[in-house]
Amino acid sequence: MASFPLLTSVLLAPIAAAILLCFVSAKSVQSVRVICATAMSVGLLLTVYAFFSYDLSAGGMQFVEDVPWIKDLGVHYALGVDGISLPMLLLTELIGLAAVFSSWSIEKRPKEFYILLMILIAGVTGTFIARDLFIFLLCYEVVVIPIYIMVIIWGSTKRVSKEYAGMKLTIYLLMGSAFMLVGVVALYLQAFPPEMRTFDMQALAQAAAMGHFSEGFQIFAFFLLLLGFGSLLSMFPFHSWSPDGYAGAPTAVSMIHAGVLKKIGGYGLIRLGLLVLPLGAKFWGPLIAGLAMINVMYAAYIALAQHDLKYVIGYSSVSHMGYVLLGFAALNVVSISGAVANMVAHGVMSALFFAMIGYVYERTHMRSVKELRGLAHQMPRVATGFMLAGMASLGLPGLIGFMPEFTIFVGSFSVYPVFAVVAIAGIIFTALYTLRMLAKILFGPRDSRFDKFEDAKGVAMMPLIILGIALVGFGIFPQLLMGMVGSGTEQLLPLLDRIADAPAFLGGVR
Amino acid sequence: MNFAVINTEIFILALGLFAVVMDLILPRNESHKSIGAVLIFSLTAWLLYMFTMYTGPFDPTLGFMSPDRYFTKTLYIVDNYALFFKQLFIVAVIFTMLFASDYVQSVLRYKGEFYAILMLALLGMCVLASANDFLTLFIGLELMTISFYILVGARMSSKDSSEAAVKYLIVGSVSTAVMLYGISLVYGSVGSIQFFEVCRNPHLFYPTGIVGITLIMVGFFFKLSIIPFHMWAPDVYQGAPTPVTALLAMGSKAAGIAAFMRALYVAFPMLGMYWLPILSFLAAICMVFGNIMAIKQRDVKRMLAYSSIAQAGYMMVGIIAADVAGMKAVMFYAMLYVFANVGAFAVLSVVEAKKGSTSHDAMSGLSQSAPVLAAVMTISLLSMAGIPPTAGFAGKLYLFTAVVDQGYLWLAFVGFVMSMISVYYYLLVAKAMYLGKGDGDKWVISGAMRAAVVLSVVATILFGVWPEKLAELTNLAASTFLQ
Repeated sequence: MASFPLLTSVLLAPIAAAILLCFVSAKSVQSVRVICATAMSVGLLLTVYAFFSYDLSAGGMQFVEDVPWIKDLGVHYALGVDGISLPMLLLTELIGLAAVFSSWSIEKRPKEFYILLMILIAGVTGTFIARDLFIFLLCYEVVVIPIYIMVIIWGSTKRVSKEYAGMKLTIYLLMGSAFMLVGVVALYLQAFPPEMRTFDMQALAQAAAMGHFSEGFQIFAFFLLLLGFGSLLSMFPFHSWSPDGYAGAPTAVSMIHAGVLKKIGGYGLIRLGLLVLPLGAKFWGPLIAGLAMINVMYAAYIALAQHDLKYVIGYSSVSHMGYVLLGFAALNVVSISGAVANMVAHGVMSALFFAMIGYVYERTHMRSVKELRGLAHQMPRVATGFMLAGMASLGLPGLIGFMPEFTIFVGSFSVYPVFAVVAIAGIIFTALYTLRMLAKILFGPRDSRFDKFEDAKGVAMMPLIILGIALVGFGIFPQLLMGMVGSGTEQLLPLLDRIADAPAFLGGVR
Repeated sequence: MNFAVINTEIFILALGLFAVVMDLILPRNESHKSIGAVLIFSLTAWLLYMFTMYTGPFDPTLGFMSPDRYFTKTLYIVDNYALFFKQLFIVAVIFTMLFASDYVQSVLRYKGEFYAILMLALLGMCVLASANDFLTLFIGLELMTISFYILVGARMSSKDSSEAAVKYLIVGSVSTAVMLYGISLVYGSVGSIQFFEVCRNPHLFYPTGIVGITLIMVGFFFKLSIIPFHMWAPDVYQGAPTPVTALLAMGSKAAGIAAFMRALYVAFPMLGMYWLPILSFLAAICMVFGNIMAIKQRDVKRMLAYSSIAQAGYMMVGIIAADVAGMKAVMFYAMLYVFANVGAFAVLSVVEAKKGSTSHDAMSGLSQSAPVLAAVMTISLLSMAGIPPTAGFAGKLYLFTAVVDQGYLWLAFVGFVMSMISVYYYLLVAKAMYLGKGDGDKWVISGAMRAAVVLSVVATILFGVWPEKLAELTNLAASTFLQ
């Protein structure tokens, strides 16, 4: 098995499915769905295999592949996973498969929908397994356009039109990536003299260690990357695309976008921002922490006032990303482990939320807190899904959400006590809006309007099962997740020690 | 007189004459597609043959003036750089003929002439790529431009086409006059029109020389539709028959760039201090305003005209870098721009033939009546915007890494931000195609059209994901040029 290109197979599974679909008749809808489900299952199985056979004691990049790709730019088709990217990859595959199942009942042009979905999943997968910056960028930007087309065709128009939502989403992310590209180009040119240039992220990190990037340059370049990745991670004040975009998008896109795509922002900040530009990360740390606090409080506060379920979850995801940013900004091993784990946790729960909302909306065409009530009577399984996701969201011990948030607070308290305390207080708001929403839509007297709607069963149960297993499994055995993440973040230790005394924004406000 | 060197030009001229003769021989009521087919096959064969003409990396033992690359002294040079651009023009013309064959047959009154004049335009472009003195350059430019005046007006029954032709003729003549005046001033100050001698002469720094260079550059700016000399482009693009518009955007522009780069780097390298700031300012203006003006357009051809202004700005960025990496980037970008344009204009020519217009309304519902064409259009437009995995991304990366390396970080800022803004109006077209309701019937697409669009899209994606081979070729062309 040593030479089996496992990661390439994971990446190619959805691409192969997309190509295959081009040749399947648009009328044989069932084959279209089955092909996609098969491809994603293969991807998931391979990833699970990788997850459990990853050698924790050795750490570092494993399952590596390396093929020279574009010689004059120094691009390699280099794949590999470590303790930080492997959980993200697992998350992608989990949500990808769940998204395929939640789109099972799409009737409008299903073939095109699934082709775009497969391209989208392939793009996201590629970003997490790429060791080469060029491949990373390639995959990162590939995802934007399928999302636009999916939103405008299969999206829904409620508070904002789906055309508006799609365009807002696209332009925000592309503008962010424009700044990021400038930063990456500058980085690439600064790292090595002309003949030795490379996009290999490890080599770039070494260049940083050898002092090829001056402090001023790192601060400048990191700021550009922060604009790009920050807007992807819905960092305040670049967050407003996120609720509008999710509200307009079809279920599968909301799931993938909130579940994994957003996490590329956090992943990129760690993989590129911290590893390649450590002094820049250190300098902007306090600013990020401040914005993170605003994210947590402000978004949670807005979520309180929302009626549309998708907006509640949209703002809640902005709020949760605040914790991720806080964990990143504290720049120690514990807090960064928490940030990575929290990305996984939030991915699973938000995908489950969107899958359940999608199910309810598809049946009832309602998703307002004001209209839905007492669904637990008619749809006990869906209600279970809502409860699982909701409880994980407010950090109930025993579910996936607890350990990561706890870790972030432990890690960040020593660095930014004030911000950490405020952010912890944000949990109160989270509990408030989550419980209020769940209580209104799930419980209360039986409403006969909903009697005619069936509970989830068969294929519609699959997202709940897949995501539920992850939600509970990682909750009961947090070591599975935290051990993996820890093996990745441990390697940051020497780096973090090195920058411990570096200057920071406003002298490192606490 | 080394006729072996100019075999490509002789071959193209022969093809043009062949088209004229065939037009006479063929009965009036017989399809003229066969002429196109013969031309396509011969040009494809020649294109492949041209790969054998590339010379390897510079060999110092041969010396700088290795005679086998020149036709009559140093007036006319066929180096790797010229070869690459000639191949680019031939690719552009082959694709144009591929997707134009139906259009020519159904819309144009004089079909044989279309092919003959197309060949002459191609000949003009080839001369431009090889021109190594100002008079040769002028001859090439005129041959190309005059052929285009005729081609633009080829849709005899359409008022728009005639208007476009007249407009192009007037603006083109003015720019020609300006450039000729500039050439005469340069000749007046240095006493020569050969690039090699102009560059060595210190009299170039006198005011007459500077004015001459400025006027020559203005002439080029007209041809490349650089703001503020762009006014002709939207009307001409919209009025011209779609295949001709395509060729104007990809061939004529690339030819202008080829000659412009040679003139700047060979004849005026000493004056870099003078033209670099001008070029960087105009490039930024083009990228900003070309894209902003394109946003408001509701006709896709007109939108592409403004977008081509922005694209000229991107390519200027590579010229500003003024080193091997920059030239390589320009050539790479010019080549991928050909493929993107072929995809977009081929689809537009189908839409124009079916619906009689190329507005957003005419595009609506294309994803239902012709899903392949809608996909091709989307991918081609995204390549112009520079979104991976299309070649546009790799091209922009080459361009902007080259220019940032020379210290122009602000240009990369402008370029990347504006190219992301450009996605907005490209996506409006995608929106029209994917959202609008079609009229329900499936369109029949001819084999040649299908071949053209599929080949162009395959090339666009291939060079986006794996640009290795094209990059090697452009690198060879660029590195042997600047010896």
